[in-house]
Amino acid sequence: MNSNTKFNVLRTVLSVGIALLISFGIIFLTSKEPVNAIVQLLTGPLQSQRRFGNVIEAMIPLIFTGVGVSIMFAANEINLAGEGAFHLGGLVATYVALNTTLPSGISPLACILAAGFFGAMVTTVPAVLKIKTESDVLVSSLMMNYLILYFANYVLSNFLRDPSAGAVVSFAVPQTTQLGTIFAGTRIHIGLFIALAVAVFGYIFMFKTRTGYELRLTGENRSFARYSGINVVKITLISQLLGGFIFGIGGGVELLGMYNRFTWTSQLGYGWDAIIITTLAKKNPLYVPFAAFFLAYLRTGASIMARSTDVVTEIVTITQGIIILLVVAEQFLSKYKHKMIAKEAKATLTNETEGE
Amino acid sequence: MSEKVLQMNNIMKIYPNGVVAVEDVTFELEKGEIHALLGENGAGKSTLMKVLFGIESPEQGKIILNGTETTIKSPQDAIKKGIGMVHQHFMLVPSLTVAENIVLGTEPKKSGMFIDMEKAVELSQQIAEKYNFDVDVREKVEELPVGIKQKVEILKALYRGADILILDEPTAVLTPQETDELFIQLKKLREAGHTIIFISHKLDEIKEICDRATIMRNGKSKGTHLVKDISTTQMSRLMVGRDVVLTFDKKPLDLKETVLKVRNLCVAGSTGVKRVNNLSFDLKAGEIFGIAGVEGNGQGHLVEVLTGLSKKYMGEISVFGMEAKKHSIKEIRELGMAHIPEDRMTLGCAKNMNIMDNMFSNQYDNPEYSGKVMLKSKKIEKRVNELIKEYLVKCKSYKQNVGMLSGGNIQKVVVAREFSTNPKIIIANQPTRGIDVGAAAFIRQRIIEFREAGSAIILISADLNEILELSDRLAVIYKGQFAGVFNDVKNVTEGELGEYMLGIKKDDKLEGIIYEQ
Ligand SMILES: Nc1ncnc2c1ncn2[C@@H]1O[C@H](COP(=O)(O)OP(=O)(O)OP(=O)(O)O)[C@@H](O)[C@H]1O
Ligand SMILES: [Mg+2]
Repeated sequence: MNSNTKFNVLRTVLSVGIALLISFGIIFLTSKEPVNAIVQLLTGPLQSQRRFGNVIEAMIPLIFTGVGVSIMFAANEINLAGEGAFHLGGLVATYVALNTTLPSGISPLACILAAGFFGAMVTTVPAVLKIKTESDVLVSSLMMNYLILYFANYVLSNFLRDPSAGAVVSFAVPQTTQLGTIFAGTRIHIGLFIALAVAVFGYIFMFKTRTGYELRLTGENRSFARYSGINVVKITLISQLLGGFIFGIGGGVELLGMYNRFTWTSQLGYGWDAIIITTLAKKNPLYVPFAAFFLAYLRTGASIMARSTDVVTEIVTITQGIIILLVVAEQFLSKYKHKMIAKEAKATLTNETEGE
Repeated sequence: MSEKVLQMNNIMKIYPNGVVAVEDVTFELEKGEIHALLGENGAGKSTLMKVLFGIESPEQGKIILNGTETTIKSPQDAIKKGIGMVHQHFMLVPSLTVAENIVLGTEPKKSGMFIDMEKAVELSQQIAEKYNFDVDVREKVEELPVGIKQKVEILKALYRGADILILDEPTAVLTPQETDELFIQLKKLREAGHTIIFISHKLDEIKEICDRATIMRNGKSKGTHLVKDISTTQMSRLMVGRDVVLTFDKKPLDLKETVLKVRNLCVAGSTGVKRVNNLSFDLKAGEIFGIAGVEGNGQGHLVEVLTGLSKKYMGEISVFGMEAKKHSIKEIRELGMAHIPEDRMTLGCAKNMNIMDNMFSNQYDNPEYSGKVMLKSKKIEKRVNELIKEYLVKCKSYKQNVGMLSGGNIQKVVVAREFSTNPKIIIANQPTRGIDVGAAAFIRQRIIEFREAGSAIILISADLNEILELSDRLAVIYKGQFAGVFNDVKNVTEGELGEYMLGIKKDDKLEGIIYEQ
């Protein structure tokens, strides 16, 4: 590990530390049982197998979204339609599960692939709109998310709704289509392996494949990429398609793994979580699982804390905010870093002259 | 002698990536002198100047300004202390007009709050006129050719009124006439008591205008000399540490098939004005065709359509018999065309990616370096390391980001990449811009080797020496048209070229520009 990577790790860890300290400060100011709250927040998830299971369960969708957004943002397009892609992915998976009869091994696969396909459509729309009409991707992708939300609500109430259930939920997805759990006593499902495979795939795609190279070049300097002979429009579309596909299968996996009915009637927030994850992971899909684990742990801890003490879960939102601020603030600790490196360089200088 | 306005004592600068760019340099300026800073690419010239201008803070050393020790915290601070700087790479805001750029940061205000645009235009106009720079201050910077951008940068620094003016390679993209004009202004400034630091790789210029020269090599100072006491040969020896051979052997011309045929080419600029106006010419394998001209006379637009970057033209461009309009940039490249762009930072590289990523951007789908899906990293790495060695790119390793290289070394990366495919047609727009004497000689040598191997080269350059030395045939472009053609380049003088470049002379018949009808 060179001193640069060492430093980046150090900085991320310190950012997390400082953010936690500030959160503790707030807990101390507002809670009647601050020590207990902090203990619950930090160690709650470790106190039982089921709770630790909750962390892993929460981590799975975060991995999909983090990888998806890393690939979409690599083209330098701020496309937030991943939220919609994930949502639609869940809906499509439910729809396919309820309307087809396939053998048990194939059924979930078909649902997830269909989810991915529709997810890809969702994120591609804003990109195509930009090419055709020069509309702003950020704005049209946010609009897209609302479109998907209300479309999903419409389909749910008119085609999938189970009238015998009290709430607005779909019929139950057949047992054969649900993703099996892999650890007894938890709800951790096969989706974990799919998620990890997606992260590895994302890394290989971005850094080892030809298309990934074209994508990175396009994102870094579009004119240079074009000059080099890269079809930048095609590459941008591929990245939005692929990113949306990953969001879509994420939605499908989440639904088949964690729910047995489609119950999503408001935005889930995975589009935004994805940005937190990719920031922490420095846009590298390989680091996404770690970032996802961290966020999942923090949130699980927070909900345990909220259940057992008088502190509300929102405290974690503050922690997240501070971490992000510190991680993206390039200047944070840069003086220290510079000193460290200058010292190293000076040392080699004197060694060299002595050697001469 | 006269008083010292500046002393920089034992300056050391280490960059965040551990590169010791300036090791232990002492540098002094006397009032009212033009002081040259000389050195190979990556010697640390720009870095030393960035320390003086408050962009980089030194690890070690003292800065004594007018007899008192100071620290310069930021560029704003430097400007306040009377130091101005024209950077090697442009620092202009492309979406703003020339006037807005010139007054940026010190805008004239209307009723205390709003920018007084009329006033800004007026002030900019005044300063442009005062220094005899021909620029339209209402034009947007992004639409300007590099030569004009350079002038805007200089005006910007002059507007702020610096006692010490740092000019980091201001003449790299200027034509000799423009350089002469600039020199007249610099001399005026010197007479008025300003002190100027002048960085250039063109040693003749230094002979012409500078009083003293400090030479840097590898982050160290190799001493300060009176310019009149040392020859250009001595200068380059001090810089490089060995003698530089500046003459080339060129074999007699051996023309082969026509590779590029241009007929009645017209290209309109963004305002609809014809930037290239009815150009016709041929290019044959085995020749170097030089195009001389003052920056902004259509060279940029010509290159854009020849290389396929833009398809908006009328007339005919046929590359190996194929109409350029009908082919993508990629296809044109695959026909064997390489392109060294005039502005390395916008078209030529991705500064946040490493040297390796930047060096095979034109070969990423060559079966040798990439399968259908996966890149062959080992092979790419090997090839990139070879190129780094061959072109003497000064870097820690191929993993270093291109943005962290010195200006000349970035140029080497671009040239190395474009030459690495053994191109059949090379469009070289200012190929040695900002490159030191030794490396420039190497690149010129390579161009001649390509000629001998049967490639065709179009050489566009503001450096008339370069054009006269390399070209087999030479045309002067003026307002989008060829004003004259010279088939016997040896007998052309700079003065003669100058008359054509400024539009004083224009031939009606252009003999030899087309080989066959
Ligand atoms: N931002 C940076 N980060 C890291 N290293 C840098 C950075 N800028 C320059 N360097 C390194 O510092 C050294 C000196 O660079 P500098 O730009 O001062 O050279 P220079 O003398 O101006 O060269 P040129 O004639 O090519 O402009 C080079 O080795 C370069 O790689
Ligand atoms: Mg420089």
